[in-house]
Amino acid sequence: MRDSRPPDTEQGARIVVNGEPHPVAPGATVADLVSSWCGSPTGIAVARNREVVPRSEWATTRLSPRDVVEIVTAAAGG
Amino acid sequence: MNDDMTGFVVAGTTLSSRLILGTGGISSPDVLGAVLESSGASLATVAVRRVDPATRGGVLDVLHAHGVAVLPNTAGCFTAAEAVLTAKLAREAFETDWVKLEVIGDEETLLPDAVELLDAAEQLCDEGFVVLPYTNDDPVLARRLEQTGCAAVMPLGAPIGSGLGIRNPHNIALIAQRCSVPVVLDAGIGTASDATLAMELGCAGVMVATAITRSRQPARMAGAFRAAVEAGYEARLAGRIPRRFSARASSPVEGLPDL
Repeated sequence: MRDSRPPDTEQGARIVVNGEPHPVAPGATVADLVSSWCGSPTGIAVARNREVVPRSEWATTRLSPRDVVEIVTAAAGG
Repeated sequence: MNDDMTGFVVAGTTLSSRLILGTGGISSPDVLGAVLESSGASLATVAVRRVDPATRGGVLDVLHAHGVAVLPNTAGCFTAAEAVLTAKLAREAFETDWVKLEVIGDEETLLPDAVELLDAAEQLCDEGFVVLPYTNDDPVLARRLEQTGCAAVMPLGAPIGSGLGIRNPHNIALIAQRCSVPVVLDAGIGTASDATLAMELGCAGVMVATAITRSRQPARMAGAFRAAVEAGYEARLAGRIPRRFSARASSPVEGLPDL
């Protein structure tokens, strides 16, 4: 499996969100990320390092440097 | 197959239409709304994709506004692991246990990978999902999926988006005959008569995306499919005449004048 995680840089810790490097503040949670990424959390799901983070755990799940996060929703398809 | 055109039952839930709409290829939310209206569909598929902050909300909002239930799919998944994670994300995002399970073998044919499909179906059924697998037109595999606990089976008529119609009607009829869960013809439909044939062969429903969404007038085509599904269903119940190799006069021979 390809390691798509970014190296930490001198500018601070970074994670990958939907395939793009993204800065992460110390102590930031999944809930913080979702609200900055897409505002409303309706119709959204989050995977962190290929595991679903249940909505009920967004506020308590802290992001770690080099996490790989996918934030998904519905698109026309099928 | 129950004797009620107005709906069929999947996993204890009555779907009010035997036509399931695939939203892939739809050109705009307005067109989707018009298609939903004229199709009468009560269930429509969506794909799970990365959030694009610029465009989000569209499809789900339109489905909700029309009272149409969401059937998430796992399109684009090549392995059981990807499909299972996608289904779990969909459950979290859309608050539904239902999933149209797709696990494809390669990008050129988009044909199902039977081994990965069965593996994913087992895992998802164990996790309590209502699994509707997109499968090959293989009566044996369809039975295996049913035995695994799938709530329906969705055999293909032809490759996704090909519009080639039902290439092996004999197999589709066999699947419909041998499965006790609903059989929904999925993929390959080109035009309304293909949907009629699927219903005549004994399918409980038909799923259509491309043939509607990429037609010249999608809302009009959706109406055609609605009528086609109903016609096929009624014809199936009414019972077609047997095929004969020679003619059989429909006018009486008795009383023929000597001219």
